[in-house]
Amino acid sequence: MKFKWNRRLLWEQLMKNLMLLSFMLIVGSLFAILITVIQKGAPAINIEIITQIPQGGYYLGEGGGILNAIVGSIYLACGGTLIAFLVSIPIVLGLNVYARKTALASAARLALDVMWGTPSIVYGAFGFTCMMALGLRSSLLAGILILGLLELPILVRTMDEYIRMMPFEMMESAFALGATNWEASWAVVVRQALPVFATAILLAFGRGIGDAASVLFTAGYTDRIPESLMDPVASLPLAVFFQLSMPYQAVQQRGYAAALVLTVIILTTSLAARLLSRGLSRHVIK
Amino acid sequence: MTSKTHVKIKNLSVRYSGTPALQDIDLDIPRNQVTVILGPSGCGKSTLLKSMNRFLELTEETTVEGSVFVDDEDIYSPYVDVTKVRNKIGLLAQRPFPLPMSIYDNVAFGLRIHGKGRTTNLAPMVQYYLELAGLWEEVKERLREPASSLSIGQQQRLCLARGLAVEPEIILGDEPTSALDPISARHIEKSLQNLKSKYTIVLVTHILRQARRLADNVVFMYLGKLIEQGPSEQFFNHPREELTRAYLEGEI
Repeated sequence: MKFKWNRRLLWEQLMKNLMLLSFMLIVGSLFAILITVIQKGAPAINIEIITQIPQGGYYLGEGGGILNAIVGSIYLACGGTLIAFLVSIPIVLGLNVYARKTALASAARLALDVMWGTPSIVYGAFGFTCMMALGLRSSLLAGILILGLLELPILVRTMDEYIRMMPFEMMESAFALGATNWEASWAVVVRQALPVFATAILLAFGRGIGDAASVLFTAGYTDRIPESLMDPVASLPLAVFFQLSMPYQAVQQRGYAAALVLTVIILTTSLAARLLSRGLSRHVIK
Repeated sequence: MTSKTHVKIKNLSVRYSGTPALQDIDLDIPRNQVTVILGPSGCGKSTLLKSMNRFLELTEETTVEGSVFVDDEDIYSPYVDVTKVRNKIGLLAQRPFPLPMSIYDNVAFGLRIHGKGRTTNLAPMVQYYLELAGLWEEVKERLREPASSLSIGQQQRLCLARGLAVEPEIILGDEPTSALDPISARHIEKSLQNLKSKYTIVLVTHILRQARRLADNVVFMYLGKLIEQGPSEQFFNHPREELTRAYLEGEI
């Protein structure tokens, strides 16, 4: 048979090319961002900037580094992610095992989606209001709590969407053995969803470590590394912001260096989560 | 204590969000025999089966009226612990769903949740139940591998071993061979035949030949009603009801 173009084949071709185009757009944007950050930030990267805290006159171009922001961001994001994860597990199991398909569950999902969509400056303002009411200063603890709140909906809904798609027969097979809801949750839901836990944690961690607005009022900013949970703490996104808004080129370049460090942290955790996720899917039933 | 009747169903009616699925079922299931529930799809076979291990309540908006007695105990009584009921009654589902863990742990899971394993070594028990389900020889070298690495037929035998491990008295089979290839289906049938001296088996199927091979008693359902029940020989050779005859001849 002779090959002949027709509308259906043209449509197929068009869609295929559109898909290719969108792929290139996404990968292209990623590379554009990486190249910009590397180009502008790499020259300012040296041992000093990642191992020292700002010295006197740092923001005028004198010596020192952003260790305060690197350590601060890691403290904030790890703390926030840990708290959000601990809280999310009971919520996810509650939604999918105990309150399956109830009005309560759908209301909770809606609330979480709204929380997810709430701008982080609102979280910051909310945190600030609470701290004012309690008479607290900006601190590492407040930053961790507000990041935990910011990350919670991401963790819950990412895990939840996956667990909802799990065939219910898997739960049934545990129930058939006389398992309680709790035992079935551990035997089936948690084990089956382990790889997704890794992905969800990564997403939440990425959002937490990259967020500037929520920590602006709650964690504050300081040139020192915090020694207790009640000390204020610096963070990388704010380090980028403050340095880029300085009128000196040398300082601006350090702002890009901070952005580069932030990007490297996120890329590393992404890759680590990928590897971890692969390792954790050994027992998953497909 | 060990009366002839193992499961007694009395005036059982089931509705799914208002739609009747079972109407006024009365049924005695004899101990240590194979009772096969036959009928066309959508006639309530699986619903009847699931009424016996209280699986109906896992579906929303299901109402159950009437009672089901296992060993003279009403399993729908509010004083009954549902996990004890299900411990006593194993289920082999239509498609095997292994638990997301190793082959060994799949069998050990039931033992662990029912309190064994802290003090006893589970390995010999795991081996025993895998042998009982006819799977041991195929998996003895790879007990630590994920259960999903097994073929579907092997997975179904693993599910049988897993169910046997909690030492039920009754085994429910909801078309347990319908997803399997003929050879695996034969394996399962053979296991069930070997098990019937020790267990009461209730099997839902729509494969007539399978019913003939396995059944001691047959229950025939049609549109949510129990039409006829009796010993296998009488049921297949001298059906009393017109509907049964029509079904056996392939008309409905």
